[in-house]
Amino acid sequence: MNIKDIFENLDYGKAPEDAKFAYEWIKENGNFGHFIDGQFTKAKNTYASINPATGDELAKISDGTKADVDSAVKAARKAFSGWSKLSGFGRAKYLYAIARLLQKNARLFAVLESLDNGKPIRESRDADIPLAIRHFYHHAGWAQHLEAELPNHTPYGVCGQIIPWNFPLLMLSWKIAPALAAGNCVVLKPAEATSLSALLFAQICQKAGLPKGVVNIVTGHGATGAAIVEHDDVDKIAFTGSTNVGKIIRETTAGTGKGLSLELGGKSPYIVFEDADIDSAVEGLVDAIWFNQGEVCCAGSRLLVQEGIEQRFIEKLKARMGKLVVGDPLDKSIDIGAMIDQTEVARVNEIISEGEKSGAELYQPKGNLPNQGCFIKPTLFTNVSPANSLVQNEIFGPVLVAMSFRNPDEAVALANNSSFGLAASVWSENLNLALDIVPRLKAGVVWVNCATQFDASVGFGGYKESGFGREGGKEGMKAYLKRNWEKRLKPVLAAKEQPKLTKTHEISSIDHSAKNYIGGKQVRGDSGYSYPVLNANGAEIGQASDGNRKDIRNAVEAASKALGWADKTAHLRAQILYYLGENLDYRKQEFAERIRQTTGASAIKASKEVDKSIERLFAFAGMADKYDGAVHNPPMRAIAMAMVEPLGVIGISAPDDNVLLAPITMMAVAISMGNVAVLIASNNHPFSMSDFYQIIETSDVPAGVINIISGNNLTLSKILAEHDRVDGLWFAGSKDESAIIEAASIGNLKQTWTTRGLAYDWSNNEQMGGNYLLERATQIKNIWIPYGV
Amino acid sequence: MSLKVVGENSSQENHKRNPGFALDMDWLDNVVMNRSALERRAGSIGARRTVKKQHQAAWLLKAITLIDLTTLNSDDTDGRVRRLCAKAKNPVRAEILTELGAQDLDIKPGAVCVYHHFVSTAVEALEGSNIPVAAVSTGFPHGLSPLETRLLEIEASVKAGAKEIDIVIERGQVLSGDWQGLYEQMKAFRAACGAAHMKTILGTGELATQTNVAKASLVCMLAGADFIKTSTGKEKVNANLQTSLSMLRMIRWFYEETGIEIGYKPAGGISTAKDALTYMALVKEEMGANWLTAHLFRFGASSLLTDIERQLEHQVTGRYAADYRQPLV
Repeated sequence: MNIKDIFENLDYGKAPEDAKFAYEWIKENGNFGHFIDGQFTKAKNTYASINPATGDELAKISDGTKADVDSAVKAARKAFSGWSKLSGFGRAKYLYAIARLLQKNARLFAVLESLDNGKPIRESRDADIPLAIRHFYHHAGWAQHLEAELPNHTPYGVCGQIIPWNFPLLMLSWKIAPALAAGNCVVLKPAEATSLSALLFAQICQKAGLPKGVVNIVTGHGATGAAIVEHDDVDKIAFTGSTNVGKIIRETTAGTGKGLSLELGGKSPYIVFEDADIDSAVEGLVDAIWFNQGEVCCAGSRLLVQEGIEQRFIEKLKARMGKLVVGDPLDKSIDIGAMIDQTEVARVNEIISEGEKSGAELYQPKGNLPNQGCFIKPTLFTNVSPANSLVQNEIFGPVLVAMSFRNPDEAVALANNSSFGLAASVWSENLNLALDIVPRLKAGVVWVNCATQFDASVGFGGYKESGFGREGGKEGMKAYLKRNWEKRLKPVLAAKEQPKLTKTHEISSIDHSAKNYIGGKQVRGDSGYSYPVLNANGAEIGQASDGNRKDIRNAVEAASKALGWADKTAHLRAQILYYLGENLDYRKQEFAERIRQTTGASAIKASKEVDKSIERLFAFAGMADKYDGAVHNPPMRAIAMAMVEPLGVIGISAPDDNVLLAPITMMAVAISMGNVAVLIASNNHPFSMSDFYQIIETSDVPAGVINIISGNNLTLSKILAEHDRVDGLWFAGSKDESAIIEAASIGNLKQTWTTRGLAYDWSNNEQMGGNYLLERATQIKNIWIPYGV
Repeated sequence: MSLKVVGENSSQENHKRNPGFALDMDWLDNVVMNRSALERRAGSIGARRTVKKQHQAAWLLKAITLIDLTTLNSDDTDGRVRRLCAKAKNPVRAEILTELGAQDLDIKPGAVCVYHHFVSTAVEALEGSNIPVAAVSTGFPHGLSPLETRLLEIEASVKAGAKEIDIVIERGQVLSGDWQGLYEQMKAFRAACGAAHMKTILGTGELATQTNVAKASLVCMLAGADFIKTSTGKEKVNANLQTSLSMLRMIRWFYEETGIEIGYKPAGGISTAKDALTYMALVKEEMGANWLTAHLFRFGASSLLTDIERQLEHQVTGRYAADYRQPLV
């Protein structure tokens, strides 16, 4: 094309980024081994890493074996004591050095990332790499301030980290920076398709003089990842990837006591109200769904637009789509690069053609795709409903589905109509409206009048099946730390043999039969069966309802109807908890006597347990309006709020010791934060809690907020664990039982806390009287609100 | 009002002049601009689109044709204005144009822009070149002289041969929400312009909010503006990309509703070739390449031309160029 022609048509032409230095680096290093104990191993069992834009082989990568993983874990273990004992400032200096070195090699990383992943150079240069650098700078600060900011915490030890291919270096940074800041050592597996930037990062670690073994990188496929997850000497697993693999990891690690954080899939709503700046909302969608080819877990892939502006909005959106350029990732003038590989292209195209067959209306802009390579046009589906699989399933490609809503309530209902809960965008110029919607969205990140914003200082992570744990900010640091006391917990001494029924029921008073407590009423169990409750001497002192599946179902039903409890003011929740404490105090002798009767505890011990239970009710009443969030400091003109929200419905299974204190503590924590509880009373000693029904009934607790069932704890807990409407589950029991419960939780990936046969001290306030359980009763929603007129 | 659905964005071969429309307060109520979102879009445009090599040369030649070559200083003299006009007639050295193969492209700026005092000088100096003279008017830069004298000023400039009148609005009317007053005044100015095109300077740096900028844009277009223009160059904040986005999107909306194409002129502070290319990319992305013609887009600038010449020389010689080698603007 000559200048005259261009003068007329004003084409952009090509603006390719020079990839020379990246190719030179690959050529020098081309045949990659793993990075273990500060050294690169010799390459073996290699496979090709492919440039998805061209199909060319870039480099040979080693497929890690169990033995490779084992030597990496050993190296990490060996390095741990030195690294974790280093002063905070000592670790900060290394993290700072890594940040500086990343910065000095920023363009090499960016080009390498685009070559390996197919993402536009503009994005790797302006988003991935700068965000990764910022993550190390930010966490250098955390390393230094850890002791003051999170006292009495200690690192897990060896962290196994498995990351996806969509943001290779950025996800590596999200994993490694906080882990190292906290004093952990890591074994990280990059995705098989995109290992190059992790291997370059390994060289950066060498240049930074990082002690050997602190960072180990083992490349390979799923089996390599599985070897990390299954390794006995790994203390924590952090995974970012698909929900399916996340569930497998949850199942594999069940009962092992390994820490776990999961960043999984999403189908995030993008809500546009009629009073929004419509053109800006259209442009925001470009960031939301056409960033990184739509291969983004938090992509705003479900457009919900208010009916009055729907037609106009969709027309504008189509016009905008027509301007998006799909092409060579190294061309600086393109918007959408290559998908990761041909398998993904085929999978997404299959979804698109199935979508068309389902009656959804397809729109793709005119124009051609490059002749070769893994490219897909930006795609919009209209005429879809929530029943369409296009709307339900994560597509992980440049495919947007659009629906309309009539009013704010319907917008919220549609937004939450998903098994995922990663992110959401809300567009409105009305602050009252936006802030009414934000807390009602079940999502870990909410962007007001923007999309796809990230920063190291702001936590990121999901609700529901989008996973748990946060990355970034103080909440992200907590994911790599344990309480000091937690690490010292010893196994429970062998449980006291349960007395056998020795005497038949002596009628000493009026017959005592405990029912269940569901929806604010004492109700008979569904089964019609009861079981004998014995005293310490083995004499039957009454019967308790033998709860079954349907009792659990009814209790969860009642609890979920009471979720409005979270909308009550914290002050009101506190008042009710105080009232429970006050009313228990009136009858403390009776409750102490019951503990004595059923467990055989001494009078002093029994009365201490009741006193402690009252103290706990007061403690969490007092915390209801104090355990709150934060305002973060991302580098932009915005308010970023970390808001503490309840999980929702929490299932609680009480142990056979501390028959009053343990369930009261857990229940108080849960409801203080706005959760509703389904509590299974102590298997052998249910009467302390059934006696408590009357306390609940006289303390203004709204119906359904607390529900109590008696019966076999393990059986009933497993039903709760499998219940998809239950959001969290706390289980006190043995290691094996805990494993069963955790494995059973994968249906909706509810958050679990199990005691795994460890001797938690229920009367110890540091352990059970404060933030430790509060953290488990809550999740953090980060809300980004950019502002300016 | 009921908002129209966006139609095909087609270039109109025969540009139809804005006939003016009734002031539509409902429409005005629907106008909102989200500043931070505009900033994000504006901030990414230079990273999303870039032109290199011969594409850059062609774009820069186009940029020259979009410049209102301007001198608006209190020490302007007839001599200074004549020199500017001479430059307008020969904006790029002939050998550079020949090397680029652009000698037949008739590269010359969109207009020469001066104070009323120099209109006749410029008209005379530009005779035969087909380059129109634009006059700033209506008590430029503040727009606060008596309305009668502002109207007389327009008439005088038109009479002196100005084909374009860059008028300024009273910023106070925007800040106090006097849309009716602004509308009436613009209508009066437009009537005074007669056949001359009216370019409306909003003084965006003094309008406080992006929504005000957008509303003022709409009111001026409804009143019959042919162009809307950011600034006088005398405000503390002059043209920038996010404000341009607000104004361009209002022009687009106006076009969608009325079918009338309005021109856009960012002015003040655009002094590098790279800046110019970014603005052009923004216009192409938001409006389409058909908006990048002199009857729909202008840069209000003077030193910009020298920087463009330097880049063109670099394109031809492969050596970085010195400003003193380009004939003075």
